[in-house]
Amino acid sequence: MKESDKKGMRVRPIKHGTVIDHITAGQALNVLRILGISGTSTAVVSVAMNVPSGVLGLKDIVKVEDRELKEEEVDRISLIAPNATINIIRNFEVIGKHKVDLPERLEGVVKCDNPNCISNTNEPVISKFAVNKKPVELRCIYCDHVISEGIAEHLI
Amino acid sequence: MLRHIISMRDFSRDEIDIILAKAKEFEPIARGKESNLLSGKILATLFYEPSTRTRLSFETAMKRLGGKVIDLGSIESSSVAKGESLADTIRVIGNYADAIVLRHPREGAARMAADYSNVPVINAGDGAGHHPTQTLLDLYTIMRESSFSGLRIALVGDLKYGRTVHSLAYALSMYHADMTLVSPRQLQMPEVIKKDLKKQGASIRETTSIEEVVSDVDVLYVTRIQKERFPDPAEYQKMAGSYRITGELLEKARDNLIIMHPLPRVDEIDPAVDRTKYARYFQQSFYGVPVRMALLAMAMEAA
Repeated sequence: MKESDKKGMRVRPIKHGTVIDHITAGQALNVLRILGISGTSTAVVSVAMNVPSGVLGLKDIVKVEDRELKEEEVDRISLIAPNATINIIRNFEVIGKHKVDLPERLEGVVKCDNPNCISNTNEPVISKFAVNKKPVELRCIYCDHVISEGIAEHLI
Repeated sequence: MLRHIISMRDFSRDEIDIILAKAKEFEPIARGKESNLLSGKILATLFYEPSTRTRLSFETAMKRLGGKVIDLGSIESSSVAKGESLADTIRVIGNYADAIVLRHPREGAARMAADYSNVPVINAGDGAGHHPTQTLLDLYTIMRESSFSGLRIALVGDLKYGRTVHSLAYALSMYHADMTLVSPRQLQMPEVIKKDLKKQGASIRETTSIEEVVSDVDVLYVTRIQKERFPDPAEYQKMAGSYRITGELLEKARDNLIIMHPLPRVDEIDPAVDRTKYARYFQQSFYGVPVRMALLAMAMEAA
């Protein structure tokens, strides 16, 4: 670890787990929601918000201890934090690092904003979207409705 | 693999061509020639919304192919009224019938039904969503009564809410048709659909005037403009008048023009037009039968 990092450290380094860095400022709590981490989870979670960052100006950071998040779990956060990077930590060492990349399909992450869609009824349906990456557009598999703006507001 | 028929998006141009060719083979049977192709098969028609034409043409198609039809009866006295979910109804009916035709007021209902069904599901309209069998019969009508080659078509009327025109336009883009969208400003085709069509490489232009286009298209596809879309009845009257197809308007028409309409019509087309050589809407509704025969036969693996 670089000396400069230690000085500016707001959250202590973790021994094992996952660090999600370069999250768009203000989105850390939404990231936790997408990952299904709530107050009732047992994982040790540290959240840093609005941390000064050279690249982004301000960024958020989330650290989840003793849990290595799988790529498909983490990729969905690129919906709201397209620049996020994932660091897998074992014994204080970064053993894997990658940038998030949107998956081609999203299941159970976003709610369709067409009130007449079958996925918004009491039928046993999990929302499913086909993903267009550039620009980010989600097309409901059921009703074809497209969500292109305010995706964070549609998170389940 | 089960072949459900849910949305035109699921079909390639080649697959559509195969269905249309198959429909042509079924035309003599649709006109009364006997067939027992689907004898021993049972089709369930689940109509959660009334639709006379679609239901009757599916029943006709099934019966002319020698098959049998069961239905829900009236929704009020069925399990639906007791609050059964669509998913459960589909699971149950899927054990009775060899295929299910579904009309439902919710968008995406047919896609979900397909997830729960162990027999093919044919979407006969889901809310404001898809109605692929209508689109296929529209395409079939164009193939039989006009031509896809160099096709110039005007889609007229309610292009905003009209469910049939969206999937028709999508399919026409696969045939590289030159499309003109003719509608009052309030009822123009939604941006997201136009964007999608352009992504398909479709050539589309928009106008509010039908006079402008009537002399240079091969097909006028007319849809109903619903009174409910206009808060002011006077505004509706004025607008409806300017989109009405009349003999006078057709004086400028090309010789080979055909007029189509998914029906029911109210007063978008003057009844006097029925007697002109241009009218094809009743022919079009007949073509629903051979097209649905082709789909039923394919779904039940008899074709």
